[in-house]
Amino acid sequence: MKTALHGGTELDVRAIRSDFPILARPVRRTPLVYLDNAATTQKPKAVLESIRAYYEEMNSNIHRGVHYLSELATKAYEDARDKVRRFLNAADAREIVFTRGATEAINLVAYAYGRAHVGPGDEILITGMEHHSNIVPWQFLRDEKGAKLQVAPIDDRGELVFEEFERLLTPRTKLVAVAHVSNALGTVNPIKRIVALAHARGVPVLVDGAQAVPHLTVDVRDLDCDFYAFSGHKIYAPTGIGVLYGKLALLDRMPPYQGGGEMILSVTFEKTEYKKTPYKFEAGTPNIEGAIALGAAIEYLNGIGIDHIAAHEHDLLRYATERLSAVPGLRIIGTAREKAGVISFELAGVHPHDVGTILDQEGIAIRTGHHCAQPVMDRFGVAATARASFGLYNTMEEVDALVAALGKVSQVFGKS
Amino acid sequence: MDELNQLNELYQEVILDHYRRPRNFGTIEEADRRAMGHNPLCGDRLALALKMKGDVIEDIRFQGAGCAISTASASMMSDGVKGKTHAEAEAMFEKFHALVTGKSNGGADAGKFAAFAGVSAFPVRVKCATLAWHTLKAALEGMNKTISTED
Repeated sequence: MKTALHGGTELDVRAIRSDFPILARPVRRTPLVYLDNAATTQKPKAVLESIRAYYEEMNSNIHRGVHYLSELATKAYEDARDKVRRFLNAADAREIVFTRGATEAINLVAYAYGRAHVGPGDEILITGMEHHSNIVPWQFLRDEKGAKLQVAPIDDRGELVFEEFERLLTPRTKLVAVAHVSNALGTVNPIKRIVALAHARGVPVLVDGAQAVPHLTVDVRDLDCDFYAFSGHKIYAPTGIGVLYGKLALLDRMPPYQGGGEMILSVTFEKTEYKKTPYKFEAGTPNIEGAIALGAAIEYLNGIGIDHIAAHEHDLLRYATERLSAVPGLRIIGTAREKAGVISFELAGVHPHDVGTILDQEGIAIRTGHHCAQPVMDRFGVAATARASFGLYNTMEEVDALVAALGKVSQVFGKS
Repeated sequence: MDELNQLNELYQEVILDHYRRPRNFGTIEEADRRAMGHNPLCGDRLALALKMKGDVIEDIRFQGAGCAISTASASMMSDGVKGKTHAEAEAMFEKFHALVTGKSNGGADAGKFAAFAGVSAFPVRVKCATLAWHTLKAALEGMNKTISTED
């Protein structure tokens, strides 16, 4: 099951699959074909083991105990922070804030940065391909401050209309928030270009990287973005852990997000002094094992090489695009020139939910629905789509299984 | 039952027929009662209009786009409740609900809705089958609002 890659290297998918216990389980008496990786990814043994090891060897609270286990746990948690720093090529580990996920990371910026910098009549600029998590927090801010939410449109391929984006970047724009990769369409946005343009006008940029980090190498210093958010569970780590990267100078100037323990230096009833960045953003006992498991997932991915994974997924995407395009009545939604990881489609005369139910009977897991991106669905005039999304363990044979199962959909719906 | 049979049970010919050619599709200009149904999980929306004569559903129309199960359910429901009283329609919903959730095996009680018995093998699709009925209930109760499968 070796896949030839660009540059002559190879990814041993069979070996990789054996790292993921769940891939060996049958579903509805057939082998599981898991093509819902944009929703969440499966977890390798290395990640599962890191959680077990944490609880068996060092479970304790961090940053406060004088005892041995607390010292171990604190070190493991901070080591994980540094693994994330290297993963994103951030300059300083203090620029890495642990959150519950990308959603909380974006809410943190909307709250702690947005409330201080966005006022009545100011504008926040997003794009027409955002996930609800990069829309709703800005609507909260808009409504609270009397600000405006501007939306740069996308074209029929699902690409950002750059000229419109540029036009909507005005002297009132206080923040740009944009997806790196669209979860519903797979479009890869030209982040460097967006950041350069925004910075030329003095506007900071938040990048929602939830769908990008599993598929491409992310270098926040090269992108020069001001904030970058992602979720652990999309890169083979558990749910409930995520990351906000922020430039240190920005984070330092921001007030805390939530109040509580862990984030304070001293508390009296009159006055509280906060810890420094990043701890002032991490109120309460954090998801310690989640952070450690995220570190383990990053090490696992580094061991394989993100570039190798990207090349393999690129091959899968190209092959799936080719095969699905040949299915009668199938329309791919999202045909950007640069895509990653995701194919959304609809099948003429069959609702995506019915597609999903029939595929599920074949052991094939895909996502059907609006993908938490209803404005994208509206843009393409559909209520929902079916979406296959790939991970490092998927194979060409699984793409074949998907195509064969779509044949069964036509069989069921074709009878008259 | 194997998977293919389960699928054939779900997507019976009568269901596919109502999906492709929904009955009573449209709206009623002079409707006495209206309600909207919404399934936020899949984005399906359904607009229901009723013309009442006293307590009897004299006419019923629906509009909207949905999956095979929700569309066929709305279509067959509209056929089934036409000419029935409010109480009779609610009693039909109760029987229908028991059928699609596997709490009754259909039998003579299920009548024309027996084709929906296959839904019980697909728990995530029960909301698709009951969306139209919940909307009907809201319309009959004069709520004239949008009801959601997630409320």
